[in-house]
Amino acid sequence: MRRLLFKSFVQGTLTEPAPAIDDGALTELAARVNQASHKRLGRALSIREVDAGSCNGCELEIQALSNVLYDLERFGLRFVASPRHADVLLVTGPVTANMREALERTYLATPDPKWVVATGDCARDGGVFAGSSACVGGVSQVVPVDLHIRGCPPSPVALLKGLLALLESVAAEASRSA
Amino acid sequence: MLSLNWRRSIVRREDWEHAAGRLQAGELALLGLWGEPRTAHMAVMERDTNACAVLSVECEANRYPSVGRLHAPAIRPERAVRDLVGLEPEGLPDTRPWLRHTGAYRFLPAEGESLHQIPVGPVHAGIIEPGHFRFTANGETVVRLEERLGYAHKGVDSLMVGALTERAAALAGRVSGDSTVAFSLAFAQAVEAALEIDIPSRAVWLRALLAELERLANHFGDIGAVCNDAAFAIMHAQFGLLRERVLRTADACFGHRLMMDRVIPGGLLHDLPADGEGRLRTLIAEVRKDFPDLIEVYDNTASLKDRTVGTGILSPALAQQFAAGGFIGRASGRNFDARRSPGYAPYDSMQFEVPVVQAGDVNARVWIRIREVEQSLALIEQILAQLPSGSICTPLATRPEAGVREGTALVEGFRGDILAWIRVGPGGRVERCHLRDPSWFQWPLLEAAIEGNIVADFPLCNKSFNCSYSGHDL
Repeated sequence: MRRLLFKSFVQGTLTEPAPAIDDGALTELAARVNQASHKRLGRALSIREVDAGSCNGCELEIQALSNVLYDLERFGLRFVASPRHADVLLVTGPVTANMREALERTYLATPDPKWVVATGDCARDGGVFAGSSACVGGVSQVVPVDLHIRGCPPSPVALLKGLLALLESVAAEASRSA
Repeated sequence: MLSLNWRRSIVRREDWEHAAGRLQAGELALLGLWGEPRTAHMAVMERDTNACAVLSVECEANRYPSVGRLHAPAIRPERAVRDLVGLEPEGLPDTRPWLRHTGAYRFLPAEGESLHQIPVGPVHAGIIEPGHFRFTANGETVVRLEERLGYAHKGVDSLMVGALTERAAALAGRVSGDSTVAFSLAFAQAVEAALEIDIPSRAVWLRALLAELERLANHFGDIGAVCNDAAFAIMHAQFGLLRERVLRTADACFGHRLMMDRVIPGGLLHDLPADGEGRLRTLIAEVRKDFPDLIEVYDNTASLKDRTVGTGILSPALAQQFAAGGFIGRASGRNFDARRSPGYAPYDSMQFEVPVVQAGDVNARVWIRIREVEQSLALIEQILAQLPSGSICTPLATRPEAGVREGTALVEGFRGDILAWIRVGPGGRVERCHLRDPSWFQWPLLEAAIEGNIVADFPLCNKSFNCSYSGHDL
């Protein structure tokens, strides 16, 4: 144990620099983030992840955001355990029929202002599961979506780019309305 | 009476019932049960010989004799078949819907003084998949846990019907994202068995390389996550780093962090690049340097062991009855690994051990993973040493004259054996395909393992099982 702690101490920080913000995401967000964004959010957003029937590939990469190399929390972004504590719903999966109600209720339980990020190709339009009678097909069929992050699954860097774009848009709007 | 080979036998009702009796007696293990209009199928394995067979029974008036009536592991599969295909198992003890959610669900009762219920999910507190857990507790002690699954049901079986093998392969790779290589491999092996295709030996060896990388990544993630659920965050951080190194190496070598869609029927999509072997050897060297220190910490931290030792014990008898695969079975004394027996190439040409312990607690499931990490590292080294040269893919010739063909495969993913069964029609279209995740026979055991434990130890037990929701829900 002491050896491990000593090694951690001397090897320095492993966390990597932030990636550049995704321009495409900024454009998509420009239309969605408006005066309703409150200054009090500042530069911090709380994220509730909702798996609406994904294959769990997206969850693996979202979990990776918290590892020491990506260290999501340094940006003021953190995952919370309840939608009632959240500003952002990060939704994955093609929205199965069996998850539709749970997603709706999670959205309604999230206080305003709130943003929905549809994560992964399934969340966009059902992905490879599009057309299944067991799936609704795309998060925007059920709740309003502010940002799409593509990929099957999106890599942690792609996720980070999208989330940083959201953070920037919210912060910029907050300072404008100040 | 039963000819035990992968060839499918259409049996009479009496023979089907006889097989159910042999399952009940413990002579056979259930590998899967699925259906299609008018026919029910089950795959079984003889305990003594590991010989496998697929049995089918015609369902007159959509009815067939329930296997679950005699053999509990068949109950949930039969409920699923009832929901998805409409076949009625005669005598099924539990007729509630399973994968199709319609209306209110009647949870099983628990009677006694001072009991209360705790409903959890389908949206959980962590970044995990959707499912519902209904705890009945007396104070802190869990009296009964009942799972309600199906929230991730995407209709994979029905999407497979009529799909070309390319599209079906993409679906197979997304049954359970964490096991994408293993599912793609099982699917590809089943297609190749159906079409009687031999793939290049380089592809056989590279597939095993991908499979072992996937096993490493998942075991690292799991060991760290179990420690994290015991509030020991430094291990989570360290194992998260190891996992990330594996994924980045996979990305550099095969162009995708999870190696999705890399294993295809006929072979492999990507060859190992020129610098691939060097990257893999570096990865192994790094892991060999860091891993033993972490295991030492796990083994010598009393506060951590206090949480994992003696927690969530799964009895060897239940592991046997349910034919629990992977680290869950092997931590409870079930000596089974599909890589060894029935076995498939190239594992028959490599040296490896299948670790088995008897204790059946969270600690045992962690230790099986630790030992399997060591085995996977050694296997990757053997693969690199023996990797043949040559092509990596045999094109799938569509042979219309070949008619309808069937194939079956059993592949060892990181959480256990995955069954793939396929019937391919003319032109390479899938007529029917069923992919059975190991979790089908592991989820019910979690309900047993948690009994008598405290509610606060559930995350620990759940993570030590790490069953797939998506793989189960299909």
